[in-house]
Amino acid sequence: MVTSNFDYFAPTSVDEATSLLSRYRGEAKVLAGGHSLIPMMKLRLAEPGVLVDIGGIDGLSYIKEEGGGVSIGSMTTYRELATSSVIQANYPLLADASARVADLQVRNRGTIGGSLAHSDPAGDIPAVILAIGGSVVARTRRSSRDINIDRFQVDLLTTALRDNEIITEIKLPALAAGTGTAYSKFHQPASHYAITGVAAVVTVSGGTCTDARVAVTGAGDKATRARRTERILKGKELTQAVIRRAASRAAAEVEDSLNEDIHASAEYRAHLTQVHAGYAIEQAAAAAG
Amino acid sequence: MSTEITVTVNGTAHPASVEPRLLLAHFLRDVLNLTGTHVGCDTSQCGACTVHLNGEAVKSCTVFAVQADGAEVTTIEGLADGDSYTNVQQGFWDEHGLQCGFCTPGMIMTSEALLKQNPDPSEDEIRAGIAGNYCRCTGYQNIVNAIGAAAKAGS
Ligand SMILES: Cc1cc2nc3c(=O)[nH]c(=O)nc-3n(C[C@H](O)[C@H](O)[C@H](O)COP(=O)(O)OP(=O)(O)OC[C@H]3O[C@@H](n4cnc5c(N)ncnc54)[C@H](O)[C@@H]3O)c2cc1C
Ligand code: FES
Ligand code: FES
Repeated sequence: MVTSNFDYFAPTSVDEATSLLSRYRGEAKVLAGGHSLIPMMKLRLAEPGVLVDIGGIDGLSYIKEEGGGVSIGSMTTYRELATSSVIQANYPLLADASARVADLQVRNRGTIGGSLAHSDPAGDIPAVILAIGGSVVARTRRSSRDINIDRFQVDLLTTALRDNEIITEIKLPALAAGTGTAYSKFHQPASHYAITGVAAVVTVSGGTCTDARVAVTGAGDKATRARRTERILKGKELTQAVIRRAASRAAAEVEDSLNEDIHASAEYRAHLTQVHAGYAIEQAAAAAG
Repeated sequence: MSTEITVTVNGTAHPASVEPRLLLAHFLRDVLNLTGTHVGCDTSQCGACTVHLNGEAVKSCTVFAVQADGAEVTTIEGLADGDSYTNVQQGFWDEHGLQCGFCTPGMIMTSEALLKQNPDPSEDEIRAGIAGNYCRCTGYQNIVNAIGAAAKAGS
C-alpha cells in the first residue's frame, strides 16, 4: 500500500519543527514513531500534504527525575519506558503497560508523545497517564503551555493540542507515600490493543484510601476517568466489598460512548471494564501496602 | 519532491534519491534488490518485513525510507558471515524452524533482537518476543525450539 504524496521535512530542532508547523498550518502533521500515522496514511485515512519528522531532533528522548516528579521527553519509546529503572520505581503501571503495548518491534518505534497525541480509543498509555495525573507540555514557535492531562483527551482521536503545537514533554507528579498502581487489560490477541484496559493509582494511609485515580481505555471513545469509582473508594477501607462496589461503577462515565466492533459488543466491553477495574484496583491496593 | 538519503545497509552506504512516501521495505527490495525482506500483510501486523534499524528490530513496512536517512540497517542478507551462520540461523536450520520460509527472514531478525535483549529467555519469553511475527505454517513450536537452541548455543 502506498500513501499519498507529501513533502517531507526533517528538522533538527524544536524551533525549526514548530516554524514548519506554523508555515504549513492545516496541511502539516508531525511524524513521531509513525506507528499510528503511517498505517492511517497507507489506508488513506490521513493524507497530510506535509510531514514534519521530529525523529531527528536531539534531546526529545529522556526520562528525568525533577522536582519530585518525573519528566519524559515526547520521543521516548515504549521500550525505553518499559526498561527504565526510574519509571519502574516511580510508576510501575507505566512500565508494565509499556511492556505490554503491541510487540517488540512496535515498542521500539512508538512514542509516549505520539500515543497521547493520537489518542487512540484503544491505546494503553492515555489511560495510564490519566490515572497518574500530570501535564503535557505543548510548544509552538512562540509559546509553551502545560495542558493538564484531565483536559487533554477531548474526543475520539482528538486532543486539546492545536495543529501548530508539538508535544515536547510529559510531566508526571511524584506519587504520595503509600500509593500503589496497576494496569489491567484485556487485549486484542493480534494487535494487543486494549479491548478494555483500566489503570488505577490509589493511596492508602492508616488503612483508608485517601486518594484514587482510575482511568478506563478501550471501552469508550477516549481514555476517561471513572470518577464515580474513585468517589466510592475515597475515605474507605479497601475491602473486597468496597472494591467490588467501586468497580461495578467503572463503566458509568463511558456508558454513552461504548465501542462496538468485531472484537466486542458494547455490553461485553461494559462488563470487561468492571472486571478489569476490579483487578486493577485490587492490585493497586495490594501494592499500596 | 524527491529527497536525497544515504542509508547504510549491511555495512555498505547507499546514496539514493527517493520519494518521501517510499517505505523502507520497498527501498530495500525494489531499489537495493535485497528481496530477503518480505512484505506479508503490509499493515504492520505480521513482522515478515522486520529489519534492524540502528540495531533495533522494526517493521520496515511501517518506516519511510527517509526516516532511515543516515541510519544503519541490517537485513537478513547481512547476518551470515560467508558460510558461517549466526546461532539463530543455525537454530532454524537444525530445529526445522520453517516450512514455506515466508516468515523466516522476519522471524530471524526479531529473534536476533530478542536474544540481544534477553540472552536466556524462557519459553514464555520467546513466545512473547515473537508476538509481532506471524507464521502460517509451522504452528510456532519448531520456531520456539530454534530460538531456544540459539540461546543455548550463545551461552
Ligand atoms: C501492529 C500495531 C499494534 C499496536 N498495538 C498497540 C497496543 O497494544 N497499545 C497501544 O497503546 N498502542 C498500540 N499501537 C499504536 C502505537 O502505540 C503507536 O505507536 C502510537 O499510538 C503512536 O505513537 P507514534 O510515536 O508511533 O506516533 P505517530 O504515528 O508518529 O503519530 C500519531 C499522531 O500523533 C501526532 N504526533 C505524534 N507525536 C507528536 C508530538 N510529539 N507532538 C504533536 N503531535 C504528535 C501525529 O501527528 C499523528 O497525528 C499499535 C500499533 C501497531 C502498528
Ligand atoms: S509486512 Fe510489515 S508487518 Fe507485515
Ligand atoms: S514457514 Fe511458512 S509462514 Fe512461517
